[in-house]
Amino acid sequence: MPVNQLDPDTVLSLYRQMLLIRRFEERCNQLYLQGRIPSTLHLYIGQEAVAVGVCAALGREDYVTTTHRPHGHAIAKGVAPRAIMAELFAKRTGCCKGKGGSMHVGDIDVGVFPAIAIVGAGIPIAAGAALAAKRLGNGRVAVSFFGEGAANEGAFHEALNMAAIWDLPVVFVCENNLYAASTPVSTAFKIADVAERAAAYGLPGEVVDGNDVLAVYEAADRAVQRARAGQGPTLLECKTYRQVGHSRSDPRTYRSRDEEDEWAQRDPIQRLASRLLDEEVIAPEGLDEIERQIMAQVDEAVAFAEGSPYPQPEEALEDVFWRQQ
Amino acid sequence: MPQMSIAEALRQAIREEMARDATVFCLGEDIGVPGGFGGAFTVTLGLSDEFGHERILDTPISELGLTGIAVGAAMAGLRPIADVQYGDFLFLAMDQLANQAAKMTYMSGGTVKVPLVMRAPVGATARGSQHAQSLEAFFCHVPGLKVLAPSTAYDAKGLLKAAVRDDNPVIIFEHKLLYGSKGPRTEKGALSPIGEVPDEDYVVPIGQGIVRRAGRDVTIVGKLLTVYRALEAAAILAEEGVEAEVIDPRTLVPLDKRLILESVRKTGRLVIVEEDNLTGGWASDVAAIVAEEAFWWLDAPVKRVSAPDVPPPFAPPMEQLYVPSAQRVVAAVRSLL
Repeated sequence: MPVNQLDPDTVLSLYRQMLLIRRFEERCNQLYLQGRIPSTLHLYIGQEAVAVGVCAALGREDYVTTTHRPHGHAIAKGVAPRAIMAELFAKRTGCCKGKGGSMHVGDIDVGVFPAIAIVGAGIPIAAGAALAAKRLGNGRVAVSFFGEGAANEGAFHEALNMAAIWDLPVVFVCENNLYAASTPVSTAFKIADVAERAAAYGLPGEVVDGNDVLAVYEAADRAVQRARAGQGPTLLECKTYRQVGHSRSDPRTYRSRDEEDEWAQRDPIQRLASRLLDEEVIAPEGLDEIERQIMAQVDEAVAFAEGSPYPQPEEALEDVFWRQQ
Repeated sequence: MPQMSIAEALRQAIREEMARDATVFCLGEDIGVPGGFGGAFTVTLGLSDEFGHERILDTPISELGLTGIAVGAAMAGLRPIADVQYGDFLFLAMDQLANQAAKMTYMSGGTVKVPLVMRAPVGATARGSQHAQSLEAFFCHVPGLKVLAPSTAYDAKGLLKAAVRDDNPVIIFEHKLLYGSKGPRTEKGALSPIGEVPDEDYVVPIGQGIVRRAGRDVTIVGKLLTVYRALEAAAILAEEGVEAEVIDPRTLVPLDKRLILESVRKTGRLVIVEEDNLTGGWASDVAAIVAEEAFWWLDAPVKRVSAPDVPPPFAPPMEQLYVPSAQRVVAAVRSLL
């Protein structure tokens, strides 16, 4: 889709959000290497177009389930970067009050369920949220983000089947980044595209260029409209690439630098920037200004996190039950 | 006051809660199929006629998936009552119960609730090892879950209502021999206790046990079917002049420790009887609590009367060895006197 078929503000907003995620994740990596974040991180670098393109098709009240690699989805759906950063720093002001950590960030106020670190487990949960939305007639839609590895978990199959049977308003977004930790897709699938599995359950499946945010947005928007119109679920398989290791303790020795370079040529942010410049939606100085603003946002998030208090150890005993009944 | 079986009392609870609150619904296998069983033990019989098939929602055979859907639905504003046909199948749903439902409130820093009920039939009934287990202990061990075990019709209705109204994930274990299911689903060898169940709305508070029989010589704690074994044993012991106090905790988590400790401080002797394997079981937990908090009142060691550490066998004579009998409870009590 030509960039100028969407209004410039929308396209620039997509660009901003992808860049925010990228710079946020890069900063997280830096902070981790400096020893300022207690845990490992599963960074979203390279996959930004999927989170941003899909969430651009959603409203604040729509639901999202995400995974052990949640920062991109959380930011794209509206969780405040400072709340995520504070959570990574294990501070009391974190989105989970320091109880969750990187793999469980979320904010129910913007529809993001706490991220789920058990591969595949969020898929039926999203279907359940969709079931509730349908029963309550509130027009909401649920999106489940998961990797191609999750498409081999039983939970995926059970959820897609039931979502199809009951025409649930859910969009299943599979981010196929070619590796499940270190396991390449060629050893985990007989089929070429995860999207083929949709037909097995009676719902439509579509392959999307996951590094083209406009293609993702267009496909997601269609799927979301289908869901809202009561036409049921869709499986979108977004082909993308995780530019960094699975976690911070991954030296990526199972893949080639050539492959990485090839995918770097298709970097989603670079691609959009080139188009924005080529189609004169923005001037280079405009992009520089966005860069400055984004970096300021990331700086603010880090400053907030650093300046926040740690939780008291005894808080570990709270919140096991709702309102401690 | 109406007399009801446990199955009827549970059905009544579901009916009343669904009428009271439009967000309550049931999901499970074979629970609403027209002309069907009403669930494996008839608990939901007739409810789909009253409430329709969206609120009595039949699922495919997908315990993991249906539990996950229940979790998501609960997080998004509904109040699901999910069920498995046999408690043994809960293992298929373990991730969704133990890693998801139990931990959402905590991991979210107290901002997300999961008002979910999961109902599960337990107990050995000559069906073989995989349709016979009592696995309450697995769930007692997961922080974030509440675990109920009603053994009377009155408690079944009251506790299921309390569970539905609780904003936390609650697992309610029901015993196959206590349901009193009728017709083609009648259980051979069932106890089927019938009891008085008020017509009106009431709840049994979660976390509150009850003394089924007062006594001064020994405390016997049981759950589900073994409450009845304990009462049988108490009747035999009474003929020998030994007065046993039988406690039914009704809720396993949070346990009514105060009630048990009070009783042990009075009697000085404790036998815990459970239909579950000995090692790592619930009885061990109760024994440890009493050893820690009422040691100086004990006149004898704490005894656990449990199933041996074997899978539940099929042949009835073997099953009779497996499930603690009243005689075994009596022998345990005598050994403490």
